[in-house]
Amino acid sequence: MMKSLLPQSQLRRSAAAAARSSGGGAAGADGAMADGGGAGPRAPASSTFWFLLHALFCLISVFLGFRFSRLLFFLLFSTTALYHSTTSSSSAAVLRATTTTTTTTTTTTTTTNTFMLSFAAANNPPSGPANRTALEAADNKGAAASGNPQSHVVVGRHGIRIRPWPHPDPVEVMRAHRIMERVQEEQRRWYGVKEPRQVLVVTPTYSRAFQALHLTGLLHSLRNVPYPLTWIVVEAGGTTNATASMLARSGLTFVHIPFPDRMPHDWADRHATENRMRLHALRVIRERKMDGVVVFADDSNVHSMELFDEVQKVQWMGAVSVGILAHTGRADQLRLSEEDKQNMPLPVQGPACNSSGHLAGWHTFNSLPFSGKTATVVGEAAPVLPRGLEWAGFVLNSRMLWKEADGKPDWVKDLDAVGENGEEIENPLTLLNDPSSVEPLGNCGKKVLLWWLRVEARADSKFPQGWVIEPPLEVVVPAKRTPWPETTTELPSELLDDKQEQEDRRLSRANKSSRPRGTTKRKGDPQGQDN
Amino acid sequence: MGTGSARALALALALLLACSDIAVVTAQETERIEGSAGDVLEDNPVGRLKVYVYDLPSKYNKKLLKKDPRCLNHMFAAEIFMHRFLLSSAVRTFNPEEADWFYTPVYTTCDLTPKGLPLPFKSPRMMRSAIQLIATNWPYWNRSEGADHFFVTPHDFGACFHYQEEKAIGQGILPLLQRATLVQTFGQKNHVCLKDGSITIPPYAPPQKMQTHLIPADTPRSIFVYFRGLFYDTGNDPEGGYYARGARASVWENFKNNPLFDISTDHPPTYYEDMQRSVFCLCPLGWAPWSPRLVEAVVFGCIPVIIADDIVLPFADAIPWEDIGVFVAEEDVPQLDSILTSIPTDVILRKQRLLANPSMKQAMLFPQPAQPGDAFHQILNGLARKLPHGSNVFLKPGEKVLNWTTGPPGDLKPW
Repeated sequence: MMKSLLPQSQLRRSAAAAARSSGGGAAGADGAMADGGGAGPRAPASSTFWFLLHALFCLISVFLGFRFSRLLFFLLFSTTALYHSTTSSSSAAVLRATTTTTTTTTTTTTTTNTFMLSFAAANNPPSGPANRTALEAADNKGAAASGNPQSHVVVGRHGIRIRPWPHPDPVEVMRAHRIMERVQEEQRRWYGVKEPRQVLVVTPTYSRAFQALHLTGLLHSLRNVPYPLTWIVVEAGGTTNATASMLARSGLTFVHIPFPDRMPHDWADRHATENRMRLHALRVIRERKMDGVVVFADDSNVHSMELFDEVQKVQWMGAVSVGILAHTGRADQLRLSEEDKQNMPLPVQGPACNSSGHLAGWHTFNSLPFSGKTATVVGEAAPVLPRGLEWAGFVLNSRMLWKEADGKPDWVKDLDAVGENGEEIENPLTLLNDPSSVEPLGNCGKKVLLWWLRVEARADSKFPQGWVIEPPLEVVVPAKRTPWPETTTELPSELLDDKQEQEDRRLSRANKSSRPRGTTKRKGDPQGQDN
Repeated sequence: MGTGSARALALALALLLACSDIAVVTAQETERIEGSAGDVLEDNPVGRLKVYVYDLPSKYNKKLLKKDPRCLNHMFAAEIFMHRFLLSSAVRTFNPEEADWFYTPVYTTCDLTPKGLPLPFKSPRMMRSAIQLIATNWPYWNRSEGADHFFVTPHDFGACFHYQEEKAIGQGILPLLQRATLVQTFGQKNHVCLKDGSITIPPYAPPQKMQTHLIPADTPRSIFVYFRGLFYDTGNDPEGGYYARGARASVWENFKNNPLFDISTDHPPTYYEDMQRSVFCLCPLGWAPWSPRLVEAVVFGCIPVIIADDIVLPFADAIPWEDIGVFVAEEDVPQLDSILTSIPTDVILRKQRLLANPSMKQAMLFPQPAQPGDAFHQILNGLARKLPHGSNVFLKPGEKVLNWTTGPPGDLKPW
């Protein structure tokens, strides 16, 4: 302990006090105010010491002025306290307002300073009277904080505590997200479906230009379904690598079933083929005794998440409302009379209920306004309409398809009896003996849970196989002669040289007349290139 | 013999299976709430106490309400609704001799500014005048000097009758109410304005308004921390540091950039809906430590994070608030994000289960008409738990404790 800095008059007293405390708390202390920085009350003989200290402070205040003297002592204390403070103060906050005045309820308001945190780190006190400095201990004549001596909650101006780096910590953010996930899982357990059943999604597909578009959308929707799911994909024309690679990348459990026939080019035959593909999938479900709710998700349809929550409620067979979007694909509108416009029914297919909430009939898509203008060939620029009732609007309990199942109702036909003669299976109602037992879902069909849309390109449209471009693209428009507004920045020379190399390679491969290598930067000069 | 025992065994087995089934089915979503006084939230006070309601002239109650009907909608409306409830309650007795508790219907918080804030300057005089009236017209005040009387004083600092804390501390509780039981919203330990034996109640929050904003319970809670309110009271405390003891300002400065904290002064119309989508709702102190946010958080199932040192929460002996809410010391506010994210998940789920208990939500509300288990009944339960009266309640003849002449001279004037 360096006592050399202490004024001579206090040396004896501080020595006595230090001897008593045996240097425990003041290890490594230096500076005149070391004792002032110490925690807790000292031995009783030091009360005179405090008095002398107080006198010293008053004297200095006379010279420096009240506020400046306090600031000086704060700085002195903070430098000494920093030597004491442990690494735990790394998380200590820093005062924004360095002075804290507490107005007490005595008639003379005494202002005292509480140095909150660089001190607190040194002294490890809890918030409490020990937090105060020597000054305050001397000044506070038992003035009431909240009117009560035991309370440490002080009325008056407080500092605003801000930590040194008031920004989120990524580890904590992750923890918070995990907490929220757990809370949401618990919410689902309480208020959601009690026993979630597996969802078996049946999708007929085939490789064509728009397959990637449709299948990617469906894939992402299925990834978001919070229930166990198996995706049964039936592919017309046998399994292809393109489809297989998409399924493999999806991360879902899937069953990829080849279907021998190729997909025909006109819509009527295509619908029939798709129906047969779905039936094939149902037979596979039956063979493998897959358990769950069967949802018919065509790859071009868009499904809402509520659909999958709603289908958990199905007992045997349910029907949901499907929004039918018949897109003309052309700018000119259909010639509709005003009367037609008034009576235009909703583009929804679904169950219709009577007032007591039971199934009363079906609402189908009205195709009259489109008569004569619908597409017949896939890829034709005309609206594609559904036929009758679409499969997408129905959901089944897979046990309905099994040969033997508990409680299987007698109004369900045996699957083998359906379609074996090659007859058309227009919609799932043909699987039933009695179509009136279908359960209407989605608030009795009031909520549209998915949308039906058929958008396809012509069967002979070109698209890169697997959407991987090989060989690389040819330049159609040089980068410097773009149809869109020029930017003023020049291409850096390295990039320009690269471009030149690539063009040279292309030229050599395409066996065009090789250009002299000596030509320097071509600033977008389209010599010899077709535009 | 063998078949008989086999049959008995089969029966026992079946019974066991049935019992286990029942045990599985009754796995609860909610937990029973037990405070320090026991499982008392659902107690029925009828039959456990009798309350006599003094019939004061309408200048103390009805006239004030007629002058300003806004008193029915602000957060201090509990005093009016308590009066109405007691008038038609089964605990009311018309025979004062058999009454355990005496209620004085004086609406001390019904003097409102044009903005709707109550002015407490005349309240001490009003209370004195009411007490003088009951002391002269009935013998029951003098018999106990008010120790078996209770008053509803829902203002900012209770019966200190001032909205500024320093002045309230300076005034202290009205001397005449020294022995009475106070039913108030303010509660802070070791504070002059909370006397021993007071019953802390929640502030009034309109139950119908909250009902109309309920959203489906399976809406996932996707906001981590939610708060809407002032951080700086620029009108009354422009420098900051006085308002909320700097705690609200600290919340803002530390967490305004934190995406987990949905905090702002902007009050959206979906305020109630957003609370139902949050896991934690901050309930920091303002000018006084209590706020209606606690009631809203409990009703909407959002875990309240209480930032108010030494606060005494409503019905603290009936509701175990430490198990239900999260208490953060004002000095720990800069570490609020660490504190909240380090709470173990099962603790959070348990708090949500406790909050989901309907008796918990009911205890915080003042529905019209009263329903079993609501805040009115909790107040009566609290009063019933203080019975039977101790020996020091009734004074010996000639003994006087209260000093009728203390207090600032302005308060001694008649009202």
